[in-house]
Amino acid sequence: MTPAGTIKRSSTLALVAPTVLIIGIFMVVPLGIGLAYSFLTAGPYGGVQQPPTFDAYIQLLFDRDFDGSLVFSPSYIFIVLRSIWIALATTVVCLAVGLPVAWYIVCQSPGRRRVLLFLVTLPFWINTLIRTYCWILILRDQGLINNVLRGAGLVGNPLPLLYNDGAILLGMIYTFLPFMVLPIYAVLERIDPRLIEAAFDLYADRWDVARRVIWPIAQPGALAGATLVFAPALGSFLAPDLLGGGKKLLIGSLIQMQFTSSRNWPFGAALATVVTVAILLIFAARARRAGEAMP
Amino acid sequence: MSAGAFDWRRTPGLGSLTGATLMFLYAPLLILVVYAFNANRLVSVWSGFSLDWFVVVANNADIRAAAFNSLVIAVVAAVVSTAIATAGAIGLARGRIGVAGSLAGAFIVLPLIVPEIVVAITTLIFFSAIGMKSGLINLIIAHTVFCIPFALIPIRARLSELGRSYEEAGRDLYASEFALFRRILLPLLLPAIASGLILSFVVSLDDFIISMMVSSAGSTTLPVYVYGMMRLGVTPEVNAISTILLAVSVAFVAVALLVGRRLQRTDFSQQE
Repeated sequence: MTPAGTIKRSSTLALVAPTVLIIGIFMVVPLGIGLAYSFLTAGPYGGVQQPPTFDAYIQLLFDRDFDGSLVFSPSYIFIVLRSIWIALATTVVCLAVGLPVAWYIVCQSPGRRRVLLFLVTLPFWINTLIRTYCWILILRDQGLINNVLRGAGLVGNPLPLLYNDGAILLGMIYTFLPFMVLPIYAVLERIDPRLIEAAFDLYADRWDVARRVIWPIAQPGALAGATLVFAPALGSFLAPDLLGGGKKLLIGSLIQMQFTSSRNWPFGAALATVVTVAILLIFAARARRAGEAMP
Repeated sequence: MSAGAFDWRRTPGLGSLTGATLMFLYAPLLILVVYAFNANRLVSVWSGFSLDWFVVVANNADIRAAAFNSLVIAVVAAVVSTAIATAGAIGLARGRIGVAGSLAGAFIVLPLIVPEIVVAITTLIFFSAIGMKSGLINLIIAHTVFCIPFALIPIRARLSELGRSYEEAGRDLYASEFALFRRILLPLLLPAIASGLILSFVVSLDDFIISMMVSSAGSTTLPVYVYGMMRLGVTPEVNAISTILLAVSVAFVAVALLVGRRLQRTDFSQQE
């Protein structure tokens, strides 16, 4: 006899086995092989060969001089720091916009809530490639903004709006904003209106209520949103590639390059390992702090 | 409540901020669609409404081949991943969570939190390490993996919303486990399974980064082909094909989110 509402252990196994096997074989094993490849020597035409080495990780920090001695070289570290900086900036802007928007949606009637939530969710399902491309149409030299400005005679030469950090940041905010609104909404939706009414009855002003009642309740959602924005932003490829023009390298494009033009698989695998470990640590820390399972 | 004089649900400025945010989310898409219907070869000079570029795109054999690949991959990956996810969701929601259960719980979030570019290159490494070079099959496998969580989410949400009382009633009437699934769970889960199927289809259709790294010469998908076009510059053809992809995603997701939800809300009132 099984406990109420549960199914037999053998059935449970059979039910979850396909999920575990498919993700295990085709995702977890590849991640392991990627980790292993990061400790091998680059093959001349891509791929890897023996012997095992730490070269890929050393390359992150050092250049090898002609005589074989190691010279500290910060260029890759700069790319990593720039990626972290842009991902952080994306997260902060998304939080600053997402929090008030989520609160506004919570305050609406159930019908309006559904419509607004649908409108915020929909872009998440639209092709990121196309969403990013839209900004090229707007920002490029013959793009919408420059055409309007020049048509109005405000500028002579087109403003360089595309192919800079600002364009990358804009593209990332555009891509990841829905990831911030939804988890904050999910926690704020459960707020007890009496808490807020009690605060106002006790002569709190709007700012006090926002800071001391709403924010503490929103915090777990904001934390979830921040990880959901920061993690993909850190490994983002399309915004830096299309809006940064591929000149401004970030980790995502640097990894991709190692498997295409640069043909240095171990170095690409090492970069991927560093990013993945960093992101898994962030999620683990959040899961621990929230005292709950991961999302 | 002191309605009229003071209402804490109305914070001044938030309405305009939300309106501006929605404009920020949708205006760029609208601009793309408008440009796609522009007759002029020069994208940003308007010279009248035209469907010409859609005709050009439809007559492009490469685009048709890529679209066919995308469709085959998305259909197979969506069906397979939804079947796997349905079983997985039921196991996770109703099973006794042992080692396999917690492993599955951890595994299904992996495709969501590991950056796409990392999934892309490790999948590429994996297929190269085992020497598997079968184009479409590789892509179908890669897509099935990252579609599983998207198919699983609506089904799992539906299971927890349903509660266990229907199955317990069935058990009290000595229904076998198969009968429980076939006669009780499956009909109740059907709208959620449909949502999962559509959402994973859209996720597969939209995928770019993983397809770019895993696809080979003969197995280019539509987003990979469109990316190649974009690299060469802004053209009316790119606008037209992007608008088609946009319309397909929006239509399918609207169906999945709206119809799926409506069915879920009405199913009990319909059944007696």
